[in-house]
Amino acid sequence: MLLTSTEIVPGRSIVECYGLVSGSTVRAKHLGRDIAAGFKNLVGGELKGYTELLAESREQAVQRMTEQAQAMGANAIVNVRFATSSVAQGAAELFAYGTAVRLD
Amino acid sequence: MEAIIQLVIFVTLLCVGYFAGTWLERKHYRSIIDRERASLHVLSVPLKTLPGMEQATGSELVMGSVVVSIDYFKKIVANLRNLFGGRIGAYESVLDRGRREAVLRMKEEAMRRGYHAVLCVRVETSRLASSMKQGKGTAGVEILAFGTAVRLPEDSPYRKPVA
Repeated sequence: MLLTSTEIVPGRSIVECYGLVSGSTVRAKHLGRDIAAGFKNLVGGELKGYTELLAESREQAVQRMTEQAQAMGANAIVNVRFATSSVAQGAAELFAYGTAVRLD
Repeated sequence: MEAIIQLVIFVTLLCVGYFAGTWLERKHYRSIIDRERASLHVLSVPLKTLPGMEQATGSELVMGSVVVSIDYFKKIVANLRNLFGGRIGAYESVLDRGRREAVLRMKEEAMRRGYHAVLCVRVETSRLASSMKQGKGTAGVEILAFGTAVRLPEDSPYRKPVA
């Protein structure tokens, strides 16, 4: 499965379009990480625990989107975009969407 | 007596935040500048395509993300600033560091996988709500940069020699 953020794939042509595919996941951060981040908040800078947590969750959202595209018979997803929103206290939704297509 | 103890704790936190925060920020900026120089040969543009990109031989989605937070001293300064309004410099440097770091991570991933340029770069920012203070507090700000990495042939004008 080929993923791109562009509308076309350089050097390839799109033969069929299947429409929108999306994947999302809602994750809460756990208390241990919250406490560690609380200390880190004192000096500022990167909160590594959160960076990793969100990267893993986003990976899962992409995985779900990919599965949906595969089920449609697509071999690529173009124009992939990401959105993040905080839905509740300490929880974030990670959303990935794109257009499923078949390349020659 | 209790008020004095609280004041001492507050001043200590302020000092720790100021000195450690400033030191870490300087260190981070040094690392960002060095890495930006080392990845200059990887072209990264927000354009969807460039003339001559048809000859690209492979493409893949690459991304880089970082969660950054502000230090205690800056938080207090920013709160004071809120009374009068105006530019909050304390937050600007934190977000600038975060954005540059996220873009750098994206470029470094492209380099590691053997790509020569990144097209259609998009940068997104979102706030992480803290589980304290009924979700009104900010635990950190997440910055995500993503784009399409492409592999280019030897003779492409967009392929620059490694510095």
